[in-house]
Amino acid sequence: MRLALLALLAKEPAHGYELKQALEQTFGAAYPQPNIGQIYVTLGRLEQNGLIQGQDVSQSSRPNKRVYEITEAGRAALAGWFDEPTEGPRVRDDFFTKLALAPGTGAADRVALINKQRRHYLNIMRGLSRLAAAEDRDNRIAHLLIEGAMLHLQADLDWLERCQEELE
Amino acid sequence: MSRPGPSVAAVPPPDAMLWVKDLVKVHRAQGVPSHAVRHVDLQVDRGEFVAVMGPSGAGKSTLLHLLGGLDRPDSGEIWLDGRRVDGLPESRWAVLRRRSVGFVFQFSNLVANMTAADNVELPALLAGIPPRQARARREELFAELGIEDKAGSTPAGLAGGEQQRVALARALVNEPGLLLADEPTGSLDSRNTRDVLRLLSRFHERGQTIVLVTHDARVASTADRVISLFDGEIADDTAVGPPSGTSNGVADVLRLES
Repeated sequence: MRLALLALLAKEPAHGYELKQALEQTFGAAYPQPNIGQIYVTLGRLEQNGLIQGQDVSQSSRPNKRVYEITEAGRAALAGWFDEPTEGPRVRDDFFTKLALAPGTGAADRVALINKQRRHYLNIMRGLSRLAAAEDRDNRIAHLLIEGAMLHLQADLDWLERCQEELE
Repeated sequence: MSRPGPSVAAVPPPDAMLWVKDLVKVHRAQGVPSHAVRHVDLQVDRGEFVAVMGPSGAGKSTLLHLLGGLDRPDSGEIWLDGRRVDGLPESRWAVLRRRSVGFVFQFSNLVANMTAADNVELPALLAGIPPRQARARREELFAELGIEDKAGSTPAGLAGGEQQRVALARALVNEPGLLLADEPTGSLDSRNTRDVLRLLSRFHERGQTIVLVTHDARVASTADRVISLFDGEIADDTAVGPPSGTSNGVADVLRLES
């Protein structure tokens, strides 16, 4: 979340609650939203590290709010983040380890393992379909996020099919 | 091999829309028999939405064609809405397909030189529905599917997603007890896929029984029940629902963090 907040602050200065709202609007319901406490803690750390700078603004009938803006060091950190390629997903090796080692243990059989794993993925997929149906049709970012999760799952399911074809 | 999942009653129960016993279909390519469907037992109750998944060549489409009478089994029984249909002659099947079974395929197969409206109203007229009622039903479906302004277009003037909606209207115009869909979103982009799936869900919520064949898990997860077909056999049969107690959004699959 650290760099997401930096990216939002690179656009314009904002206070904690505005940042929370911006995250929610951008990513939609699919993305588990950080609570306001986590956001304040992260902002505090970013400020300690000199990546953002806060200023208290007084409000007439409420407590002061702290408005943050990004610093030069913050912009450099953000540029470094955008510059790095992002780690790709890895094979779910815990499941694969079970599958590889099941025979002969007497504890599980491969077809049952594959079926159980498929059911689990399908249930997650079903949850994602529901999220997609409930999401605002025009929020492209939110839909792309859900679609990304679905494509990953689809690949996992295709791979399960391959395991079943080869190992059955 | 164990076959977990819903079991099939010994005789067709009254609430079954579809009941299939020991269905076998063997294709013969250059004299070599290959089993497309091996001893499949299946029961689909009224109002169920069932997806059949599996790799290509697993026999999904063959199974669907057998269920809709587009192909004949080598052995086994098929009961549709309480009637045994596997031995019916083609003429009787033609009537059944007009009235009791709707089809949607990957490609819409609309008649090119007829308007979208005529593509849907004609099968209703053929089924003996009076013209005024056929038109009313078509108009209702087009409104439901969001294509009310496309009635006068020919298929060539429609986008892929619109053609598939017209095909869906055509499949549903005679209010069939069973809707069979073979990769209905196979030639659509993600956005149109999502829309067509949303429409299928909506008809299902109103009680439409649907059997859908797909290799795409995203499509299959729209159904309440998923059957996995491998090498002509049912390998798994499971109800699907959101994972209980967890609503982690994409977090189970993707992690957005830094």
